[in-house]
Amino acid sequence: MEDGLKPNPILIDSHRKEKVSIWLLRLITLFTVLPILAIVIYIIVKGAPSISWEFITAFPRNGMREGGIWPAIVGTLYLTVGTAIFSVPLGVAAGIYLAEYAPDNSWTRLIRIAIINLAGIPSVVYGLFGLGVFVLFLNFGTSILASCLTLSIMTLPTIISTTEEALRQVPYSFRAVSRSLGATHWQTTWRIVLPQAMPGVLTGVILGLERAAGETAPILFTGVSFFLPQLPKSIFDATMALPYHIFVISTSVPGMSVQIQYGTVLVLLFFVLGMNLLASLVRIRARARRQW
Amino acid sequence: MIENLNLTYQDGTESLRNVSLTIAANAITVLFGPAGGGKSSLLRVLNRLNDRADVTKLTGKVLLNGKNILDPDVNPVELRRKVGIVFSRPVPLPLTIYENVAYGLRLMGENRKARLDQAVEQALREAVLWDEVYDRLHDPAIAISGGQQQRLCLARVLALGPEVIMLDEPTSALDPVSTAKIESLMQELKHRFTIIWVPHNVQQAARMADYAAFFLQGELIEFAPEKKLFVYPKDKRTEDYVEGKFG
Amino acid sequence: MIEQTPRERPINLLIKASGYSSILFVLLILFFLLREGLPAITSAELSSLFGTIWYPIEDYFGIWPLIFGSIIVTITAILIAIPLGIGTSLYISEVAPLWAKNLLKPLIEILAGLPSVVLGFIGIQVAAPLLREGLNLPTGLSGLTGAILLAFIATPTVVSISEDALNTVPASYRQAALALGATKWQTLWNITLPAAKSGVLTAVMLGVGRAIGETMAVMMVTGNAPVMPHGLDAIILPIRTMTATIASEMGEVATGSPHYQVLFFIGIILFLLSLTINVIASWVSTRGLKRSERSLS
Repeated sequence: MEDGLKPNPILIDSHRKEKVSIWLLRLITLFTVLPILAIVIYIIVKGAPSISWEFITAFPRNGMREGGIWPAIVGTLYLTVGTAIFSVPLGVAAGIYLAEYAPDNSWTRLIRIAIINLAGIPSVVYGLFGLGVFVLFLNFGTSILASCLTLSIMTLPTIISTTEEALRQVPYSFRAVSRSLGATHWQTTWRIVLPQAMPGVLTGVILGLERAAGETAPILFTGVSFFLPQLPKSIFDATMALPYHIFVISTSVPGMSVQIQYGTVLVLLFFVLGMNLLASLVRIRARARRQW
Repeated sequence: MIENLNLTYQDGTESLRNVSLTIAANAITVLFGPAGGGKSSLLRVLNRLNDRADVTKLTGKVLLNGKNILDPDVNPVELRRKVGIVFSRPVPLPLTIYENVAYGLRLMGENRKARLDQAVEQALREAVLWDEVYDRLHDPAIAISGGQQQRLCLARVLALGPEVIMLDEPTSALDPVSTAKIESLMQELKHRFTIIWVPHNVQQAARMADYAAFFLQGELIEFAPEKKLFVYPKDKRTEDYVEGKFG
Repeated sequence: MIEQTPRERPINLLIKASGYSSILFVLLILFFLLREGLPAITSAELSSLFGTIWYPIEDYFGIWPLIFGSIIVTITAILIAIPLGIGTSLYISEVAPLWAKNLLKPLIEILAGLPSVVLGFIGIQVAAPLLREGLNLPTGLSGLTGAILLAFIATPTVVSISEDALNTVPASYRQAALALGATKWQTLWNITLPAAKSGVLTAVMLGVGRAIGETMAVMMVTGNAPVMPHGLDAIILPIRTMTATIASEMGEVATGSPHYQVLFFIGIILFLLSLTINVIASWVSTRGLKRSERSLS
């Protein structure tokens, strides 16, 4: 038997290279991820001093330089709910079609291509579309309605994809059993498959709406205004909204207090991260209660 | 009564070739043979469960009470209530025990609590499961054991009052005790229903058969009453399979 | 052949209609963009349109500075996002221990969910001054700042799709490599990553698509100078992208004016660009899928 293994210089060298490479990956990941934490913490730290009951519930004064951001918060809420009203039923139904009904042919492929494309269209192009169709052609004017419809179409691909994915996760055996007991296609979908897929669908809806809430470009020419003395009274009115508000106060208002800017950003961040957290909770709870 | 059935699948394989046989009422007809013999396909034709699958050609007739169930004007949904099936792995629906059994009835629009209660209890009793679950009817169905779940699947079918019950390797995922329970249960039930049973081994086939049919690669090789097939097989292939020379 | 009762027919039809609605919307968007934007070709004289000066007030509608602005910022962003994104996805899927994975994935998701205005805001408040002082630049609002922000915006896309691609590589590949004596790095660099090639490529393309389409963050930090970039130092000077142009000028144009139409025209270009990128990306990914199916069967 050979006595002992002499240290092989080639192996040592590649071992060193190995360590360096793995550390490189660690570093890259850190470099990507640390700024995220830093940004969030920084915003919290610099924005927290502005947060007060008055800030959240009062109207702005002195050209937005003082007071609260209540109308912007309400506006964002209106827009988010409005988007949900249009995009959720349509998106979930489309997802059901793709997962449960669609045959495997070129028409279905075309639908999928269309969805991929809707997902990739720049948000500002959606803004142009919204302007052309809802504001001008259909004469809704610069309104909550126009913005919600625009945001809905933008959110559609997300909801369709996640719904389809969630439905596909439900085991096929349930459908086979349901059919064998005399269920029609819709009955099987409605009574068994969809309820089981609900958590996944919900997660997708929350994430889609989260994005809609934070978008500025699509609402830029379709429904937002910077300075509105009162809350919108109907869906044909324009509204203020958090993302747009942040944009204006950080770029175009001279003498704007930095602290208030950070405070406003913090409120939007809170909204967005809150939805993120909600989606994660839904996901975790669903995994625990799964019945298959 | 199955007449001259020919079934071809989309990927070119002929799944069933020229199968003809008569299924006797109130008895257990066993369809056995090596895997791929077409037995499962045959079952799925009988309740038209493969209607939307990749079937390219289906010729022949299947007569139930004199009517060809493959006729386009026969409603497959109603057919499936008369011809029920139990699959090889117990598949409880993600509902409670009660709701699993009541599922078929609710599909038909029956929602009256009294009627459902009565039907559920009767079906569970017929499946010899009532005594084991009567106190936890509203527990999730996955909480019970595999053998119990399979009897639950049987109860689900029984609740619809079928004429024919098909079982596709129903005990292949179960332990011997549960297997024995289900086998003896079906021996009782055969007096009221027509039963088609695909066993997962030859011994089970021999145990259960009132009539036996041997399938090999899509063809019906031999069919005989009682245990004749196992003791005096006429075809050499049957003999080889029964003796365990292949499969 | 779908089993349905007569009462269910309308439901099933509605579902089918919803499925096809996405095709309708794409066509609708294209139609309206063309309707408002094509006239630009006639109203804003072709020579002006494809010239190199963008000065709408005096009827100079040269879109090349904007196109180049977008291209330069996007390319720089992608050059940053590729190593960041692929490196991170490699780490998460091949190296990271479970606890790290459970920490990192939510963090990436947070980044994906950050509204672009928020990132733009941080860009103005933090990144721009940092860059100006750190690199001794004339201004912090430049293409470079925009590119850095874009890189962070595009990275989550690259990370999650690459990660999916890497996860699809069968475990047997890795096990075979390790059994032959390869180290973790050698396995992931020489075996796993090449096997996920098409998926990673798709991820990068979709990242590019994300970057080109970004509006707010770039609008807030690139300095808004719609001039033709020239010379190597173009990136550290103010610049403007197509998206920023539309967003910042649309509010001030008269409906139907040549300026209005040209902005829509730019929208058409953006639409077609994203269409092309997405079609190529899905072609790449299905081709990769077919190839791996063949080699594994």
